[in-house]
Amino acid sequence: MRPLTLRRLLWTCGGLAALLLACVVLALKLGAVPVSVTDLILDLGRIAIGRANELPTEYRLIVFDLRLPRILLGILVGAALSVSGASFQALLRNPLADPYVLGVSSGAALGSILALIFAPGYALVTPLGAFLGAGATITGVYFLGRREGQLDSTTLLLGGIISASFFSAIIMFLMTTLTGRDLRGMAFWLMGDLSTPVSAGMQWIFTVGLLAGIGAIYSTSADLNLLLTGEREATHLGVDVTRVKLVVYVCASLLTALAVSASGAIGYVGLLVPHLVRLIFGSDYRLLIPASALCGAIAIVLADTLARTIVSPTELPVGAMTAMAGAPLFIYLLRRGLR
Amino acid sequence: MSAHDTFAQSHGAREERMHREPEIRLNVEQASYAYSANAQAVPTFTLGATSFQAREREIVAILGPNASGKSTLLRLIAGTILPLSGRVELDGEETSRLDVKTRAQRIAVVHQESSIVYPALAGDFVLQGRFPYGRALRFASREDIEIARNALAQVGGEHLSKRTIGELSGGEKQRVILARALAQQPRLILLDEPTLHLDIGAQVELLERLRQLAQENRYTVVVVTHELGLAAEFADQVVLLQLGRCLRVGPPATVYQKELLEQVFEAPLDVEIGPAGRPRVNLRARRGEDIT
Repeated sequence: MRPLTLRRLLWTCGGLAALLLACVVLALKLGAVPVSVTDLILDLGRIAIGRANELPTEYRLIVFDLRLPRILLGILVGAALSVSGASFQALLRNPLADPYVLGVSSGAALGSILALIFAPGYALVTPLGAFLGAGATITGVYFLGRREGQLDSTTLLLGGIISASFFSAIIMFLMTTLTGRDLRGMAFWLMGDLSTPVSAGMQWIFTVGLLAGIGAIYSTSADLNLLLTGEREATHLGVDVTRVKLVVYVCASLLTALAVSASGAIGYVGLLVPHLVRLIFGSDYRLLIPASALCGAIAIVLADTLARTIVSPTELPVGAMTAMAGAPLFIYLLRRGLR
Repeated sequence: MSAHDTFAQSHGAREERMHREPEIRLNVEQASYAYSANAQAVPTFTLGATSFQAREREIVAILGPNASGKSTLLRLIAGTILPLSGRVELDGEETSRLDVKTRAQRIAVVHQESSIVYPALAGDFVLQGRFPYGRALRFASREDIEIARNALAQVGGEHLSKRTIGELSGGEKQRVILARALAQQPRLILLDEPTLHLDIGAQVELLERLRQLAQENRYTVVVVTHELGLAAEFADQVVLLQLGRCLRVGPPATVYQKELLEQVFEAPLDVEIGPAGRPRVNLRARRGEDIT
């Protein structure tokens, strides 16, 4: 028996947080304008003690006004997508569930575009539309995946993938009818892209929503462990299944919606990251949720750094990077599951 | 009546109670249930009023062919569905009215098979039985670990603790699932077809272990099964169901009648009384009568 202890939880999360910090420094360093690591650490220290003015202007502009916000956004998006992926995997009892594969990301994207068309000019309209889109999609896919009262894994995934392509088609239709918009920017956003900066107000909403969502899901992590053995069994072991499912579905949709409204549909992170975390740290959700959040942040920061530098000076959308890594893994897991 | 007389009387009553059989623990009283697609539709399945009572250390077998309402009765007892009429009480409290945590502290349910999505160590699996006693994040306390270890030892599975569920044999898996139920420290253990995927040796071992555990830990045990032979051998009471009707309740010796069982299970069989006073059932092949 090797039950999870608070000590192991804190050590693991501490280690991963340190790794994330190292990745952030690396991401700040790499790019079209090279910067030395020692300078960066010193400068990060200066910023921390409130002496940002002492830095040279041009350098500060590139590293701290362009790269750092993008990295911070990547951290938030990565954490949100990974935690919602891990949550969907527990709720649907399906190791292949992920907001992108289930069509929830596309639903959120469609929701936010519709919101932009019908009610432009309001600050909160995009994330709200995305949330409604995400919630409607997961509800729809859930009922598509039910057969004779049982959740059927293959039908569920097919339902998700078909919904995703259906929503993409509608988005394409809307995009071509909307003349005068930046089509390349839209295409990038659909693939999942971090290059569009988020306004300061939205950053706050994003951070608060993310922390609240992850916190609420984390409070049910012990219940999720039991939910994985089946709803009926979880009930017999003392889990309030209806309440837990409601909380986690709402929060996972919220996290997906926030991520999509900030950066578009970045795929496979919610599949890839919880899977790796499970391999390394085991499948206890009390550890899996925070570790997935941190590893998801690391994964997006690294993927975005690659996307920025690999074909420099041009940039790739970060969603292309994650799809290149994630799609083969998805097929591998699917084949392994079928055997 | 003097004060002295009253005292003597109540003292006598207490004396008498101590020598009496243990009190009724599980009381199923005219409980019924109906499944229907929606509120207006005609029910697709009904379980007629069923009554029986069980004390601690007793094993009750719910017996019947497929679709006779065994699992429905089990769910009524477990309190996960509300009876249409009547009541199911555990120590005087209706099981369906208990909140989900309290219920899990008093009633453990063992299913045919526990499906596991991700590999888990058997020891950690048993530890799940401590969930209803935990606080928010439920890090296992030393006491929890001790209880889980004892539960595993009681089913003879100490050596399984570090193995993953996936690599266990059917019998070992069933033992680990039973250990998780023991870790809940329940008063009532419900088992749904526990012997379905086990070979004969493991079936007998499981039921013998159940009888011994019921004695040692003072559980009341209710087993759903269609294994006539095993129920006759191990149950103190049998509840015989057919097509949602409760036909008989009583000790195996009174319920096991040749004509009755032949009619319920639609198979020709013989019933004889064994040396311990328990009935034995022998199946007969239909000779010629069905072959035309």
